[in-house]
Amino acid sequence: MSGPRIAPSTGAAHTRLLSVGAYRPQRVVTNDEICERIDSSDQWIRERSGIVTRRWAAPDESVSDMAEAAARVAVERAGLVPSDIDAVLVATVTHPWQTPSAAALVAHRLGASPAAALDLSAACAGFCYGLSLASDMIRGGSARHVLVIGAEKLSDFTDVTDRSTAFIFGDGAGAVVVGPSDRPGIGPTVWGTDGAQWDAIRNRTSWLDYRGEDDATWPHLTMAGQTVFRWAVWQMSPMARKALDAAGLSPEDLAAFVPHQANARIIDGMVKLLGLPAHVHVARDVAQSGNTSAASIPLAMDRLLAEGSAPSGSPALLIGFGAGLAYAAQVVELP
Amino acid sequence: MAFSEQEILSGLAEIVNEETGLAVDAVQLDKSFTDDLDIDSLSMMTIVVNAEEKFGVRIPDDDVKNLKTVGDAVSYIQTAQA
Repeated sequence: MSGPRIAPSTGAAHTRLLSVGAYRPQRVVTNDEICERIDSSDQWIRERSGIVTRRWAAPDESVSDMAEAAARVAVERAGLVPSDIDAVLVATVTHPWQTPSAAALVAHRLGASPAAALDLSAACAGFCYGLSLASDMIRGGSARHVLVIGAEKLSDFTDVTDRSTAFIFGDGAGAVVVGPSDRPGIGPTVWGTDGAQWDAIRNRTSWLDYRGEDDATWPHLTMAGQTVFRWAVWQMSPMARKALDAAGLSPEDLAAFVPHQANARIIDGMVKLLGLPAHVHVARDVAQSGNTSAASIPLAMDRLLAEGSAPSGSPALLIGFGAGLAYAAQVVELP
Repeated sequence: MAFSEQEILSGLAEIVNEETGLAVDAVQLDKSFTDDLDIDSLSMMTIVVNAEEKFGVRIPDDDVKNLKTVGDAVSYIQTAQA
């Protein structure tokens, strides 16, 4: 072939998490408050989920507001300024505009424009999907620093009268900056979907069903609890193990395990099946935060670093799993 | 080789004991998993998955809700392994 050739894009050899930032809304919601509208008890909720409290955002506090707050912390902790950010990925299922994206607004408010920006819809797997994309973008040469944010206001989509889901969800945002590295700081991603179980976790109705008619058709989140529990523990533990194998590490090498904070019983089941040794710190932010979907992994990571449970630079196994059904797992060096 | 009713009952009792700490002789055919044995939906799923492995059968999620008593589970497993 003769004629002009397109120049190849070249990126960094390796990537890592440069920082993590978190935003937790001020309002703490207790199980007793949840039980004012459902026939349940603090003890019942704790036994089934391990959840003691969760945070709910203020009525005027949006997904973008929380994403921006977490991102500001992450950018500052990375020692960067917003104009260093080339791309913003916001993993969310509760930004209540089909378009435009939360990410474009967050990039603008941060002062990161004209960074590329888009939202990711992979539910509770969204943060780990974002990490994988960010790492590949940097290695592929289309960005140097990528903000990956998980942000959710699940309280807007929680049916507070449904005793099987009312206690589960919380609000919040977590963010990381992914950047170039001289050593591999993000292992290979093991990911996938099982669309045959599309119905297992979903909005009860679509926007078309709703059209503002009445509250009975509002697209609250619904979940087939037993089905999700079985899938999460017995199908996802092998995926977490696969990510560990892909990184060339064994359970003994890990400092921390940071699974999606869905339910303490799922976490217990995964820890047992993975055979994690006692020295591996297991993130249990679900007790204080509830299930915050895409935000749960960076929120839990921020807590374990703040509490000194695992040192910066040590290896942690992450796995996100949820609606889709979608999942993604990788080993990272903690920022 | 198919398991007998008695073998399935005692195998199931061991699985229930491991998950909940209940004494094996508390697990009788006429006992309800929820009302008598106080087993919640997530523990029930753990018992189901372990029973699948032990007896080499498949118990789909949709069928789990029909297993009200220990006897229901034993006969389901007996039929499924046939």
